[in-house]
Amino acid sequence: MPGGLPALARRVVGALALLWLVVTLTFVLVRLAPGDAAALLLPPTGDAADLARLRATLGLDAPMPAQYARWLAATLRGDLGASFAQGRPVRALLAEALPATLLLGGLSLALSFALGVLIGAVQAIAHARGDRRGRRADAAITTLTTVLYAAPSFWLALGAIALFTAGAARWGLPAWLRLPAFGVEDPAGELRGWSAVVDRARHLVLPVTVLAAVGAAGIARYARAALLDALGGDFVRTARAKGLAPRAVYLRHALRVALPPLVVLLALALPGVVAGSVFVEHVFAWPGMGRAMVQAIAARDYPVVLGATVLYAALTLAANLAADLALPWLDPRRR
Amino acid sequence: MRGPLLALALLALAAAVGPLLAPGDPVAIGDVLAVRLVPPLGRAPDGTLHLLGTDRFGRDLLARTLVAARLSLLVGVLGSALSGAIGAALGAWAGWRGGATDAALMALADALLAVPRIVLLLVVAALWGPGVGTTVAVLAATGWMGVARLVRAEVLGVRRRDFVDAARALGAGEGRLLVRHVLPNALGAALVATSLGVGNAILLESGLSFLGLGIQPPAPSWGNLIAGGRELIVTAPWVALVPGLALVATVLACTRLGDALRDRLAGVASPAAEPSGDGR
Repeated sequence: MPGGLPALARRVVGALALLWLVVTLTFVLVRLAPGDAAALLLPPTGDAADLARLRATLGLDAPMPAQYARWLAATLRGDLGASFAQGRPVRALLAEALPATLLLGGLSLALSFALGVLIGAVQAIAHARGDRRGRRADAAITTLTTVLYAAPSFWLALGAIALFTAGAARWGLPAWLRLPAFGVEDPAGELRGWSAVVDRARHLVLPVTVLAAVGAAGIARYARAALLDALGGDFVRTARAKGLAPRAVYLRHALRVALPPLVVLLALALPGVVAGSVFVEHVFAWPGMGRAMVQAIAARDYPVVLGATVLYAALTLAANLAADLALPWLDPRRR
Repeated sequence: MRGPLLALALLALAAAVGPLLAPGDPVAIGDVLAVRLVPPLGRAPDGTLHLLGTDRFGRDLLARTLVAARLSLLVGVLGSALSGAIGAALGAWAGWRGGATDAALMALADALLAVPRIVLLLVVAALWGPGVGTTVAVLAATGWMGVARLVRAEVLGVRRRDFVDAARALGAGEGRLLVRHVLPNALGAALVATSLGVGNAILLESGLSFLGLGIQPPAPSWGNLIAGGRELIVTAPWVALVPGLALVATVLACTRLGDALRDRLAGVASPAAEPSGDGR
């Protein structure tokens, strides 16, 4: 990618165009869905008069292009409508749920990246050593990450709950290993100061661990491949030949080359973390966007569902954009 | 390649005949109080052995897990096969026609890729209502983009080759050129990508069913079996554990099979879209 401002502008315009497409797509989906959009958007308590009023408010009697223009303008203004279930603007509802998801997702993503690269590096180095023990360790870890990668996050979450709540109590594990499995804080809400911080951190442990474990397994698989690729390069042989310590070879030469593609992976891993967070939030009663969306679906609260979809798309696009922009900065070959 | 294939064949066989051998009806609810939540290897009061225990309605868990395998496998295979076919068709069309058709189709693919797939699945399941048909349809509608991109790239590479010009010079029509001469070169990559998608489709179906938006009980699928064990995870962990293990083993076998297929067709193009190989 050639550097400079035009390239940057082009990327941003591209991302915005995609966001527009996603907003259009949600419009089309609602119109394609069986039944009248007004019937879909009508609270279950509404009667025929409400339906007629809603049709007029939504402008459903207007021709399709006019309806579309109206929807697009409202969405771009950030007006995502009002939730039926809670009677509040969707924007306020999502703004409340977003920090919880970003905290959970951000921590998990950072942890899974750090863990995944570390595991992948250990595997690659063990493999590159070439002896039998090294290869065996590599194969064992590969089996573990492959199994973990095949397991659904909600199932792992249930397992974690069984182990660290009832299991911990039954087997007499130390008290700090008996972890809370629901919500963000102690329901009594009477903790203050330091103990409140510890309580919140303890509530984070299980959801973050489950999400990070799945993420790390996926990243380790790529990190291993990327590092092995780099370790096979001529520059690594040169570095070894001139007598560099193995540690310097691994860190300064191999990792340096393998890392930039892994940063792209960080952005590509984001949808996975988002997907996992939908289930993990559901299981752990974590008050984030995923839980809000699942609850909205159960309550047929369509404005919230569509608003969350647009927000999820915006987050994904922003992450991809950030990866695109970070790559030339990290990797001189891409400038 | 033989290992995972054998494992999947065994599973399919077990799913087909296993429930017939197991004690009791896997779906109907019988004399609940006497036989509910029998632990694995336990016996019901009437002496029936339940190898993997029973659920909260006293139904044999092994039989239920095997019956669930039918729907989970069917939905996973059908969903990814359909998405592979759609992806191959749209990708070939985009690559062959070029111009505005190409731009529009690829923009649609990019827009769909911008929304995490599970979110798309949730939206569509929410708007159309859950069920087996919807689940297959949404898996197909949200999974074609990767295959389409691969096939399009292959078609773009092949359409200017000499043998295409030669066939055209011999008077082959556009349709025949595409179907007989260009598309076969792109099918290997599409096949591998599709087979790698089966495990993912099974996982997504289980996720939807776990949330109550996929296959609806009493029809058993691994996802809704695990959901049924959610509240029992402390008192009767086997209810969620057993279907989960079957799910993990199946996804694992599918992934291995896809990997093996890719290695066998090495050189066809690497459809795993490995970010480490990106842009090199």
